[in-house]
Amino acid sequence: MMDFLDGFWIQLILKVVGILLVVLTGALVVIYAELKIGSHMQSRIGPYYAGGRYGWAQPLADGLKFLQKEDLAPDGADRAVYGFAPYVVMMSTIAVFVVVPFGPDLVGSNLDIGAFYLLAISSLSVLGILMAGWSSANKYSLMGGLRAAAQLIAYELPLVLAVVAVVVQAGTMSLNGIVEAQAQPVFSIGGFDVALPYVIQGQILGFGIFMIAAVAELSRIPFDMPIAESELTMGYLTEYSGIRFTMFFLGEYASMIGLSAIAATLYLGGYAAPGIPESLGNFAGPGVLLLKIAVLVFVIIWIRWTWPRLREDQLQRLAWTWLIPLALLNIGLVSIFKVVF
Amino acid sequence: MTKRIAFPFPGLGQGMWLTLKTMFKKAPVTMYPQEQEIPVPRARGVISLDVDNCTVCMLCARECPDWCIYIEGHKEEQPPSKPGGRPRARATLDRFDIDYSLCMYCGICVEVCPFDALHWSPEYEYSEDNVESLLHDKDRLTEWLATVPEPPALES
Repeated sequence: MMDFLDGFWIQLILKVVGILLVVLTGALVVIYAELKIGSHMQSRIGPYYAGGRYGWAQPLADGLKFLQKEDLAPDGADRAVYGFAPYVVMMSTIAVFVVVPFGPDLVGSNLDIGAFYLLAISSLSVLGILMAGWSSANKYSLMGGLRAAAQLIAYELPLVLAVVAVVVQAGTMSLNGIVEAQAQPVFSIGGFDVALPYVIQGQILGFGIFMIAAVAELSRIPFDMPIAESELTMGYLTEYSGIRFTMFFLGEYASMIGLSAIAATLYLGGYAAPGIPESLGNFAGPGVLLLKIAVLVFVIIWIRWTWPRLREDQLQRLAWTWLIPLALLNIGLVSIFKVVF
Repeated sequence: MTKRIAFPFPGLGQGMWLTLKTMFKKAPVTMYPQEQEIPVPRARGVISLDVDNCTVCMLCARECPDWCIYIEGHKEEQPPSKPGGRPRARATLDRFDIDYSLCMYCGICVEVCPFDALHWSPEYEYSEDNVESLLHDKDRLTEWLATVPEPPALES
């Protein structure tokens, strides 16, 4: 059995299928959660009939509806770029999961420069969004795409700087290494070793910066200036329909899971949980990580249904005058503590 | 230099707490086809017509902001009520239609009717497959009369 699993191609297929299953079903679950949680937060019920009970099949029904729609492209659009843009976004979203460890061995690829790869690949989606905005031959799309680019570049910086602090503290860029560093006991009470995730070990500021920047990277409320319906119709998504819109839509929710997974891995201890021995990591790990992801995704949804949208200048000011200096300060403090202790 | 915003965190926190509380409350939703909503007193569902009270004065048709009331009538000679008296002319209603595809439920016609010929009924289930069927004629409007609730008691 284990020999069979050792084959390179078998492993590759298993990993690809596994990641796609987790990401795409996860995205559907998050869409459903968004519909239901949002409804209840607004004293509504939300989807109710689809699927017979609690409207559980609503995301599937929506997906089927989108698939049936005509795949339209505007007359002046740059067809090739226009058609390819959604796949760039989707690809960068799914590629994030290559390095996210679901267990000590349940990882697509345990790269030594995992954190670096993560930040590089997740910022590829900006390219897709710019492509979509530029090639749509529509003023709203162009405005939305440029706003998205400005916003994503502004918030990429605090995101990277927040991750740098974690890398400094862990002393490794490998995500498995970061999780293992958090699973190391910090102190012991009466023979019981206590391991603390980095968010408690002094990274609370970094975690806050990371989550704010992550919500901005997702361009969700309160940072959804690129899509601002009331002024830009739907931003860079204006001209898209059918399967390509579905790609963007699924990609948005998948990257919500992706960024939550990164945050859970870097700050909340990843697949490790107190009380679960290392030997069980491969079995309990995915559950623990998914639970942490679910909590973070809930917070992101919760924020969306509560807070109003920031104006463009407020949004930029928050990034450049608050988050980046604070992230730099955070790196400095973490480095000092790392050297002193 | 723009004006600095006030310290935002208490407000943001209050907002988060409010939505969290609301999420765990039962949503005040009536699941319409299965459950029926209980109409409030004086609900504006449909306008009913009491033909006997109508004097074809046309006030309602003239006041209607949408011009959705169509009235036609003619005069009839009434025999004198006492022998030797003078015969009277009495207006008789031929047509009284309300086009509910135009009606905006403002209730001005009910308000202006000097003889209480028009009444609000709380019934609201009269949607139709085609627009023409939303033109309710005299008979249809009279049928709604049975559903008109008793007027609320007068305040002493």
